[in-house]
Amino acid sequence: MKRFNFVFTVIVMLFLYIPMIVLGVASFNAGTDIAVFKGFTLENYSELFVDKTLIPLLLNSLILAVLSSLIATVLGTMASMGIHSMGRRMRSLTMGMTNIPLTNPEIVTGVSMGLLFAFIGIILKTQNVLGFTTLLIAHVTFNLPYVILSVMPKLTQMDPNLEEAALDLGCTPRQAFFKVVLHEILPGIISGALMAFTMSLDDFVISYFVYGPSFRTLPLEIYSMVKKPLQPKIYALFTLLFISILLVMCVMNLLQARDEKRGHNLTHKRRRNV
Amino acid sequence: MAKELIRLVNCQMAFDDEIVLDSINLYINDKEFLTLLGPSGCGKTTTLRIIGGFLQPTSGDVLFDGERINDVPPHRRKVNTVFQKYALFPHLDVYDNIAFGLRIAKLPEDEVDRRVTEMLGIVSLKGFEDRKISSLSGGQQQRVAIARALVNRPKVLLLDEPLGALDLRLRKDMQNELKRIQQAMGITFIYVTHDQEEALSMSDTIVVMDKGKIQQIGRPEDIYNEPKNAFVADFIGESNILDGIMRADRLVEFFGRKFVCVDSGFEKDEPVDVVIRPEDIDIVAPDAGHLCGTVTSVTFKGVHYDTIVDFKGFKWLIQTTDFCPEGSVIGIRLNPEDIHIMHKSEYSGMFGDYSSYSAEYDEIADPEYTEEEDDSESREEERNEE
Amino acid sequence: MRSKLLAAPYLLWMALFAIIPLCVVLYFAFTDFYTGAFTLANIIKLADYLPIFAKSVWLALISSVICLIIGYPVAYYIAGRSPLWQRLLYMLVMLPMCMSFLLRTMAWVAMLEDTGIINSVVKAIGLQPLPLIRNDAAVILGMVYNYLPYMIMPLYTVIMKIDRSLIEAAQDLGCNSSQVFRGVILPLSLPGIISGFTMVFVPAISTFYISQKLGSPGTTLIGDVIESQFKTAYNPNLGAALSLGLMVIVFICVAIMNRFSTDDDEGGVVTL
Repeated sequence: MKRFNFVFTVIVMLFLYIPMIVLGVASFNAGTDIAVFKGFTLENYSELFVDKTLIPLLLNSLILAVLSSLIATVLGTMASMGIHSMGRRMRSLTMGMTNIPLTNPEIVTGVSMGLLFAFIGIILKTQNVLGFTTLLIAHVTFNLPYVILSVMPKLTQMDPNLEEAALDLGCTPRQAFFKVVLHEILPGIISGALMAFTMSLDDFVISYFVYGPSFRTLPLEIYSMVKKPLQPKIYALFTLLFISILLVMCVMNLLQARDEKRGHNLTHKRRRNV
Repeated sequence: MAKELIRLVNCQMAFDDEIVLDSINLYINDKEFLTLLGPSGCGKTTTLRIIGGFLQPTSGDVLFDGERINDVPPHRRKVNTVFQKYALFPHLDVYDNIAFGLRIAKLPEDEVDRRVTEMLGIVSLKGFEDRKISSLSGGQQQRVAIARALVNRPKVLLLDEPLGALDLRLRKDMQNELKRIQQAMGITFIYVTHDQEEALSMSDTIVVMDKGKIQQIGRPEDIYNEPKNAFVADFIGESNILDGIMRADRLVEFFGRKFVCVDSGFEKDEPVDVVIRPEDIDIVAPDAGHLCGTVTSVTFKGVHYDTIVDFKGFKWLIQTTDFCPEGSVIGIRLNPEDIHIMHKSEYSGMFGDYSSYSAEYDEIADPEYTEEEDDSESREEERNEE
Repeated sequence: MRSKLLAAPYLLWMALFAIIPLCVVLYFAFTDFYTGAFTLANIIKLADYLPIFAKSVWLALISSVICLIIGYPVAYYIAGRSPLWQRLLYMLVMLPMCMSFLLRTMAWVAMLEDTGIINSVVKAIGLQPLPLIRNDAAVILGMVYNYLPYMIMPLYTVIMKIDRSLIEAAQDLGCNSSQVFRGVILPLSLPGIISGFTMVFVPAISTFYISQKLGSPGTTLIGDVIESQFKTAYNPNLGAALSLGLMVIVFICVAIMNRFSTDDDEGGVVTL
């Protein structure tokens, strides 16, 4: 059974990575047809760096992702602190609201926000509501639940006496947060922020309904390329992004492993003493 | 007597309509070792948290040195707390944990160093300055927690079951240590525990609580010898509690016999609870005693035997160094000073019958008893059920 | 304590940009495109789209079931590794989700096309090209491929948390390994199954890109219809009504699935 599971897992992993391999190989393809390998070249990469369309779009995506994840992280962390100190009824109500963008299909979230902005446009009697601001609002909205869902468990795991101990030793509530609570929930904040960042960077469906001609992101551009054949330099960009995300994840995992080791020792000790 | 430091006036606390504290009136003197004692859920931790400033009473006043401090947040109160699970900051080492409060108060670093070093000496942790909290044993963490609180020279130290997580031997050592520190520093300790032995051996004053009410306040000896009601009698030590009728001053009737006692001031023919401590009962020959009964079980406890004796269907616990085999018939003698009379209360008839005696004593046999339970009562509001 | 107020900006934000938009959807669904007057016409028109709704539910259900069948052994295998391997494997499962799903779907197109990679190989062997694309199977493949990690993650989280001593207790009580699995592990991983199923089903039922790229006109899904109402046919009111229908279906399906589990969907928490 174990052997079967092992083989099966390897096959599934291959399945998950086949498209990655195809795209990676395509990035070195001299030809333009992804299905036919016409010889090895690095031209796609060099073309990418002098490119006048893809790089600005990537920058747009990065700006949007950084800003929206930053705002969502700050708002979400604050909210988590607030929710944490709520009574049971208020808390379940708030968490219910947090779940709306998570359980709703993406397309519905996108459509609803698009309609909201259209509605605002009608009220304000302008055509140009859609743009960077609307994209930012939409991204912050769908990022917020991810931040809250990764910060909340850290808060609930935290010994509530820690914050009280800080207050007891003379900290104002603000000092208690920055000197004690923040240290405890930082791993949750970081993973929430990173998740928000990647979600935002890769988002297409929601952006698709709220973007305007003044500000476009990379996924929107890729979608619009559907009609014409994809330029191979996209594959090069994809491969580079893949490698950088792989690196970020590895670093994250190492940090988390270290953090968990520390936490593990602590719980181990406590359990022994109870 | 020393001057009064803290006073609670008619303090009431309710979480979601559930009354946790019911009109608590209590004063605490300077330099006193006062213990709040009671079973889980009795409101003792809530009382402590009200004094610490972590909870605001629903109604009533908290006075400190005569000033109302209801609205003073914890960080501006001259009290410090030792938390049940220590609540040491895991990201700081021993030294930085102890120095935390002093640095918040912006003391010069050489003063901080002097006081932390002095404190490390007092709690016998010299040489542990750079150790990580996670590398310390429970007893050491406990000392750090005490040092971290005391280094700020609070007027009052609040301790919330600080020894609850330690094993028995360490607990005994720490009891002596705490008492020594309290006397050396000359500050007020308010101590919460459910362990009656701990309370009896450490305190100047014990406050026995149950169901959000104070049942009795007094010196340990008074609480033990003169319990006010069946709850206190049963919670502090073991007690046989019987129904009796006060026939006159210093004369009580139970089991159809009149006994001379030392209590007076009851109404004539008032129904009362009679407390007889198991260690006060003398075993004599069957024909020489006031009462005569059959031994139904004997358990060896080390210093004595727990002997259960059936008197006319009512079972008594007798602690004696004399071994009486099961089935033997014995007589007992009761001296007037061994009989303690209490007014009837809501607790009458609930305690003091050893018919369902278990050798484990009642605290552990209580199915509802869990060590952590006390938290849930006080922190219900902020608790997380997700 | 007083820090409840910290949640106020968040609550305001969500009210403005999560609750109100849903109200706007309602408004559009019940008004006429030209006059803005109240009408039930859009809702009544939903009846025309019933076959498409049914098709979407059907394909999403099949995909979810396949994801469960594929995902469970993988999650089970990962949960049984050493902590280091767990981390690594979990990361490998997560990683594809961070990459553009548009491009990954394009890669599948490149493979499955009549002149694509697989068929080139097939032809090279001397066989007839296979009809790999523009059918239901291709759409299901795309869904399974894209949403499989959503199934594995909650399953892994739940299976990992199962107390080893429970399994040992079951063995002690005389269960063989398949009885242990059916009697202990499977029931305890039910919350993960439910949440994984939901996490696959919801995006699968509402996708439009996968069906556009891998499907044919015969596999038009509800997502495609909604998208076209906003982007090409331009009838936002009908689009709003369709979105409303989709929301109701999702709501019903999630409610049915949650009936199976008494637990909170703890396993549904996505962690990086």
